[in-house]
Amino acid sequence: MRLTLGLAQINTVLGKPEANLEKHLALARQAAQDGADLLIFPELSLTGYVLQDLTAAVAHRPQADDPLFQPLLEASRKIDLLVGFVEEDTRNRFYIAAAYLSKGEVCHVHRKVYLPTYGLFDEGRFFAWGDAIQAFETRFGRAGILICEDFWHASPPYLLWLDGADLFLFTSASPGRGLNSAPILESARWVEHINHAYASLFTAFVAHTNRVGYEDGLNFWGGSTVFDPNGELIVQAPYFEEGVTLAELDLNQLHRTRARLPLLRDERTALVQRELNRILTSRTSGR
Amino acid sequence: MKPIDLTINTDLARRILTGFIRSEITRMGFSRAVIGLSGGIDSAVSCFLAAEALGGQNVLAVRMPYRTSSPDSLEDAQKVIDATGVQSLTVEITPMVEPLFQRFPDMDNMRRGNIMARQRMIILYDQSAAFGGLVVGTGNKTEILLGYTTLYGDSACALNPIGDLYKTQLRQLAEALGVPESIRRKAPSADLWAGQTDEGELGYTYAEVDQLLYLLVDQRYTPQECIEAGFDASFVHKVVDRMRRNQFKRILPPIAKLSNRTIGYDFLYLRDWGT
Repeated sequence: MRLTLGLAQINTVLGKPEANLEKHLALARQAAQDGADLLIFPELSLTGYVLQDLTAAVAHRPQADDPLFQPLLEASRKIDLLVGFVEEDTRNRFYIAAAYLSKGEVCHVHRKVYLPTYGLFDEGRFFAWGDAIQAFETRFGRAGILICEDFWHASPPYLLWLDGADLFLFTSASPGRGLNSAPILESARWVEHINHAYASLFTAFVAHTNRVGYEDGLNFWGGSTVFDPNGELIVQAPYFEEGVTLAELDLNQLHRTRARLPLLRDERTALVQRELNRILTSRTSGR
Repeated sequence: MKPIDLTINTDLARRILTGFIRSEITRMGFSRAVIGLSGGIDSAVSCFLAAEALGGQNVLAVRMPYRTSSPDSLEDAQKVIDATGVQSLTVEITPMVEPLFQRFPDMDNMRRGNIMARQRMIILYDQSAAFGGLVVGTGNKTEILLGYTTLYGDSACALNPIGDLYKTQLRQLAEALGVPESIRRKAPSADLWAGQTDEGELGYTYAEVDQLLYLLVDQRYTPQECIEAGFDASFVHKVVDRMRRNQFKRILPPIAKLSNRTIGYDFLYLRDWGT
């Protein structure tokens, strides 16, 4: 089975969801025409990233009567969409979230679990922490969503793997930083490094969509990637340039790679659970 | 002492910085820039970047000599104007600042220098309105950290593309951009009085202080760790103290909090809000 992924490496208008919605709908139409089955937008693609006190003003609920989601759900009848937004829950907590839309339905919503609140980041000040990491079914097999800092930690991809995800959908609004003599920024090198590693370690497809553009002095570096279950780079979008990059995934590669390299088959999950229990319950060995 | 590598990839810096200038000027509804061109390396780099980002015809370089300014400065600025194809204007500040100097005849060099820097700011912001362009800053990371700048003078700008580059790194970028050699080779100077040089006034070279600042700021070394890495203790303490004393030049003035929501504390929006 083949899956054509579109990585929508876009720039966004800060704090204007209606303006960003237009871009989402236009790119979704175009990508569907170009034969894409699934179009992946970056983190907070409907709102922009450094929202600060705009957070509450741009929040939405991923449901059919929401003015932002109604047209997106309509568009999802032609092409599956993964969009980034600020979710307000029923008790008025705000999350950095990503929603997977397909055939007019919200299939899954992931709320960012790890909110970086250090260095240039201040997410924990404005957002609530997500509290679940779950894989979900798509038309193309089981997938999992993580948002930026979520996959800087090793445990969320591992949990998705055990929960059945063969298709890792990662999104970022990653500020470029760490200029040295190398041709790419340290932040870009690091993200590519771990995406590459997850594809190899989990013998799975890892697609990462990062945004481009600037917010005040912050640059977003793009460079979206897809790695296959062998850890091979299938495609990389240009750095810093806005655009949709298509990647053709041969899902049978999962079969071939895992026949050669049965890391998933041999993973000793009961041992992991036993050792985790010991580590987390013991006063002396918990570190 | 182990050498500290401040090498940057100049292609990458150029790409990010020209994109930054374009983005931050156009989203504010402008397409043009105004730059004070001194003939030194910093303003030359900003001018090259702005011309590349916006097109030379959309950049106005303003030369603002004082009667004691070095003639080389005017010539070097002209080389930048010629190389980048920017529009230019020369506004002599002597008749504007002299009346103030005469009013306070015992004024020292620092006061005079500050007045000159602020007079240039007035001209740039007036040209900003006349030309319809935003003022692009020319302060580098070294001088911002050391506070070697005049508050509301040369530090005043709408956006600063080079403020995260140490002087040493700026020199690399200048070479890559094709900034003329005479500008890159001469001793950095604010040119506020004859014979003034940055390094003479600061008491150390940019090459030395950039390495120290890189450890202190970028690598988060403690002063003690810098001394252990081979820097002279009194030099380290001098620089650390200078950085601390000049924090006021790097932030907006504090507003006394009275209400539940106060600008600067809990009224938080980027400048790019809504764009």
